[in-house]
Amino acid sequence: MATKSTLAFEPGWQYDPAPESTDHVSLRDSYGLFIDGEFTPAASGKTFETINPATQTPIASVAQAGSEDVDRAVAAARKAYDTVWSKMKPAERGKYVFRIARAIAERAREFAVVESMDGGKPIRESRDIDIPLASAHFFYYAGWADKLNYAFPGASPKSLGVAGQVIPWNFPLLMAAWKLAPALAAGNTVVLKPAETTPLTALKLAELIADVGLPPGVVNIVTGEGDTGAALVRHPDLDKFAFTGSTAVGRDIMRTLAGTGTPYTLELGGKAANIVLEDAALDQAVEGIVNGIFFNQGHVCCAGSRLLVSEAVAEPLLERLRARIDTLIEGDPLDKNTDIGAINSEAQLARINEYIDIGRAEGADIWQGGSDAPQSGYYCRPTLITGVAQSNRVVQEEIFGPVLTVQTFRTFDEAREKANNTPYGLSGGVWTDKGSRIFKMTGALRAGVVWANTFNKFDPTSPFGGYKESGMGREGGLHGLGAYLDLGMGAGA
Amino acid sequence: MSGERARLDVAKTYKLYIGGKFPRTESGRYASFERGDGAGAVNVCRASRKDFRNAVVAARGAVAGWSAASAYLRGQIIYRIAEMLEGRAAQFASELHAEGVAEAAAAAQVEASVDRLIHYAGWTDKYTQVLSSVNPVASSHFNFSLPEPTGVVAAVLPERPGLLGLVSVIVPAIVGGNTVVALASESHPLSAVSFAEVLHASDVPGGVVNLLTGQRDELLSHMAGHMDVNALALCDVSADAATAAEKAAAENFKRVRRFDDVDWSADASASPWHIEAFQEIKTTWHPVAN
Repeated sequence: MATKSTLAFEPGWQYDPAPESTDHVSLRDSYGLFIDGEFTPAASGKTFETINPATQTPIASVAQAGSEDVDRAVAAARKAYDTVWSKMKPAERGKYVFRIARAIAERAREFAVVESMDGGKPIRESRDIDIPLASAHFFYYAGWADKLNYAFPGASPKSLGVAGQVIPWNFPLLMAAWKLAPALAAGNTVVLKPAETTPLTALKLAELIADVGLPPGVVNIVTGEGDTGAALVRHPDLDKFAFTGSTAVGRDIMRTLAGTGTPYTLELGGKAANIVLEDAALDQAVEGIVNGIFFNQGHVCCAGSRLLVSEAVAEPLLERLRARIDTLIEGDPLDKNTDIGAINSEAQLARINEYIDIGRAEGADIWQGGSDAPQSGYYCRPTLITGVAQSNRVVQEEIFGPVLTVQTFRTFDEAREKANNTPYGLSGGVWTDKGSRIFKMTGALRAGVVWANTFNKFDPTSPFGGYKESGMGREGGLHGLGAYLDLGMGAGA
Repeated sequence: MSGERARLDVAKTYKLYIGGKFPRTESGRYASFERGDGAGAVNVCRASRKDFRNAVVAARGAVAGWSAASAYLRGQIIYRIAEMLEGRAAQFASELHAEGVAEAAAAAQVEASVDRLIHYAGWTDKYTQVLSSVNPVASSHFNFSLPEPTGVVAAVLPERPGLLGLVSVIVPAIVGGNTVVALASESHPLSAVSFAEVLHASDVPGGVVNLLTGQRDELLSHMAGHMDVNALALCDVSADAATAAEKAAAENFKRVRRFDDVDWSADASASPWHIEAFQEIKTTWHPVAN
């Protein structure tokens, strides 16, 4: 049933530039490590530069923490845990976390601009999603601090101690909030390592944390590359480790922590199926597909990177999808009209292009739409890969960019099989008008977060995390709180 | 016939339990187990890697049906296991005694095992409510989180108490809709094999629980490395062996739970958190019209 699309997006619309102002942003030329409440240089004196991926120009230089610095940060966190944080009345602890939430909200516009400068994401997203959600996350968990005994029936929850945390570059401040908020509310102290390409909002958060008067050592932030993270995960004085990032690094962490008894949570890669059944509202589905894969340039572990569409509606759906993609504006992350910003780094752009080449070599058809990308900066046009088989690497492996593979199916079982047939299990989506079919499909997906007739929604109250090789443990909500507590139910529980 | 006793005892052959059947080990190997009650030695199967792999195939095949069974039905089946065990209490007490447990303690352990089964039979239709949440998201969506089974759990059972340890580790996993491949205590193989007979008589579908007897040292690395196993329960495994197992488990991110020095007779050793140990939390979002 090849229904001819009636969509007619007027071509040739030109938008005047609408750049977000940057004159209110305060950034230093260089940042130290935030240890025991103070910014200090790395013991080695080493620094690295963080680059604006849209302009390829350096923004600031940042200290590169070595194992000596990590030792110092863990010692500061241990001391703060033993002498201050674990002894504080839970309600007071909560008030500190509330303060962080409020202060982020007050400085939200500045954080949004810095996030877009450092990471390349459109200001529309950093302004409307990343920063408000980060504040909301602290606000949600703050309230748990004095209510832990109500959270887990029959358990006697206690804080764990010092938590080591390593976060990725795709949602820099939001991931810091996901890690810090539950850890602090549950009574732990923290050493956090932000990603090397996006350290600035975490460092500005350190300034904010000092400004709100959080006791020194409760939060320590050490910047650096993979070696810094490796030094942190190997540190013998951690009581908890939490990581968000690639499945390959997650596997290394699990091996490193083997036998230590240190509890860990891992939020890893994904290859989510976004499944369109034949009775779906196609225009809504198109919006959901676009949001699912092009949100944050596809740098999203739960991105809907595999479209599975019923053969019955594949043709009209793809026609509308291509038309919609052609309206997307790719360009300056700080422009308020921008839909797709800059790829986070040169290395990531190379990786995405390599996968597009792999897809081509596997015999797939590559289609790229959207507006023309700027000549300088790291950009990748929104890409559809059709004519793929389940075994193709572009279908099985996480690309982490604005690249969507397209497959069709005839039956429910075929859709379920294809959806579940990757090593990952982080998220999934289903589009249909029928409630009974929603629950049949959401129940059949082996994935931790399932969106029905929507995609890529997040909330502090909503647990997030993966099945299978997408990780273990949950962040967000009641379940995310448990990841930072000893429930006191004996070994193994 | 003369007055002297003429009837010869019929000895039991202790076999494995895989996919609802009682095969001998494909390896043909055995271990001689000296009964502690003076009744002589019996031969117990020494399961091989191949037996383990066969058991995983059976366990994987049983996941879909068992996890889809209603909570009410799972509860009735687990209650039925308790009924069957109660009816054979004398046999189990005598086997535990043969495995070196004092008579009174053996009887008490059988009773505790029955009671633990009853406890968990009542959890099947309640743990979901305790572990779930409806999440008050700020946007116009209905959002809820609920537990689902992890899948196939491979378990190295506690060395002792042989029967109560076995029940306390296997049952919360199957309450939660998982299927299990378990390696019995090396010092309590007889009661484990007999427990398989109880399972078999209780409408537990074939493959939901698979029981092997054999050597930890030989089988643990295969359990930890198998790519179609989703989780590991390691009970009283030595530090070095557990570390090696956890490293191997990283290959496909098996969820590893260690149970060391647990007092399995304590009330606290049974809880919904023991069920939660082998659950995944799934969060579902759906729009609400404005």
